Amino acid sequence: MSTVLAVLRKDLRLELRTFETLPAMALFSLSTFVIFHFGFNQAAIAGQLAAGVLTVTLLFAALLGAGRLFVAEREQGGFDAFLLAPVDRNALLVAKAVAMFIFLAVLEVIAVPAFGLLLLGPPLGPRLPGLIAVLALADLGLAVIGTFVSAIAIQTRARDLIAPIIGLPLLIPALIATARAAGPLLAAHGSGSPPTKWIAILALYDVVFALIAYAVFDYLLED
Amino acid sequence: MTTFGRGLRTLVLATVLTIIVALALVFFYAPLDADQGFIQKIFYLHVPLAIVSLCGFVFGGLLAIGHLRTRNRAWDMRSYVAIHMALIFGVGGLITGSIWAKASWGHWWDWSDPTLTSFLIVLLLFATYQPLRFSIEDPERQARYASVFAVVAAAFVPLNFIAVRLAQQFVHPRILTLGGGNLPGSMRLTFLVSLLGMALLYATLWKYEMTAKNARIQVRRLRRSLLGDDSVRPLGRSAAPS
Amino acid sequence: MSALAVSPALAPGKAAPYVIAAYAVFLAIVLIYVAIMARRLTRTEKDVQQLKRELDQRAAAAEHKDEREPVL
Repeated sequence: MSTVLAVLRKDLRLELRTFETLPAMALFSLSTFVIFHFGFNQAAIAGQLAAGVLTVTLLFAALLGAGRLFVAEREQGGFDAFLLAPVDRNALLVAKAVAMFIFLAVLEVIAVPAFGLLLLGPPLGPRLPGLIAVLALADLGLAVIGTFVSAIAIQTRARDLIAPIIGLPLLIPALIATARAAGPLLAAHGSGSPPTKWIAILALYDVVFALIAYAVFDYLLED
Repeated sequence: MTTFGRGLRTLVLATVLTIIVALALVFFYAPLDADQGFIQKIFYLHVPLAIVSLCGFVFGGLLAIGHLRTRNRAWDMRSYVAIHMALIFGVGGLITGSIWAKASWGHWWDWSDPTLTSFLIVLLLFATYQPLRFSIEDPERQARYASVFAVVAAAFVPLNFIAVRLAQQFVHPRILTLGGGNLPGSMRLTFLVSLLGMALLYATLWKYEMTAKNARIQVRRLRRSLLGDDSVRPLGRSAAPS
Repeated sequence: MSALAVSPALAPGKAAPYVIAAYAVFLAIVLIYVAIMARRLTRTEKDVQQLKRELDQRAAAAEHKDEREPVL
């Protein structure tokens, strides 16, 4: 547990000092909203379309951030140092996933209001509680899969290519569930609560992949 | 070194026999489908291809667990060949499914069919297996990472099917509930024989490929010991285990 | 079977090309696979032949040596 906290503290401090990943993710999301605006040629969108735009933007921003997750370890020899230390290896997975989750949450604090301002037709305020619940579950899945994919890709030659091509298909079920859960929320006369079915699927996805990632992460680290 | 060729002949004979029987049943025994007519004959090809392909992916994941547990690279090769064959079967299943969709619904692709859609997603995921291997040079790490990927991707298969199945608003009539629940008896028999034939074909090709790979590795080894290291072309960048 | 009943079933004459196409695709995939494996088999055969030549040469050389040995 203390290992997790130590690695997490290191990652957060690194980000606070360099401001490398988070601003890039936020800028990427804003640019994507602008692109969607011109792509659809619509001033305001609602319902399933809005949910899709938001989910896809966050998904790509997450993959962008995930690509940077292990770069410091790779370049500064942090993997070797971690392997030499007498600590549970899964601590690295947990710490990185938590860091990724925090990055995503901060990103959404910026990106979701911006989305409400720039693209969303119906007012964001009353939909916020439901949306936060959906996005929290989605972030969990994104953090776990992002960390896992990033840990695989960092050791490959074409790592910038490998992470997205593996990550995107793996995240499709989460994307479906998130978009479908957020769709009714963002509709013009939507209800305040997201559909339970999709919340349940999203939660199932999170739990299953968190367990699997925890089970296999060990094998990615040993050398 | 194990001999993978043992029993291959028996397997080939069984496969050929079953496929001939299956084809005979499909075209001369099974009645025409009341709704679909002659076009339904594709079903006996497409569905077994898809089922065997999916089982092949999961099979590859199970073999990958064997590699992670034992660290024996032979398991990695088995897993590689299983996924490799399943990909080939999967592409076949996708193409035949597309032809069926065109004939019976008028479109080459139909997003409202959950099985077709989730099958595409699974195929997209497993299509990254080879690029992933290709991108890792160290053979030991290549085997390990590929196994980890195979395990995760195999677990992804059922979860993906749940999500996509639920995502469709209206679902096409399930002509097939696994095992052919609501088919008339003669059609079910035909389908099951076709499925058996396809599974045997998969097993045969898997075994054949393993035998071929094994033979190549032995020849390489002989060349190295007889003609020296220089006579063996360096393996270089390869996606295949060696 | 409602959704399928709505779409008109194709007459056997119109359906046949599709069925033939599907089975042809299957056959083509199997044949392509066999062709690829045949190429690999040829490569292996060449390697084995080279190994055999090498062994023959060695055997001949050894025989040659045996004949001269008593003289020496």
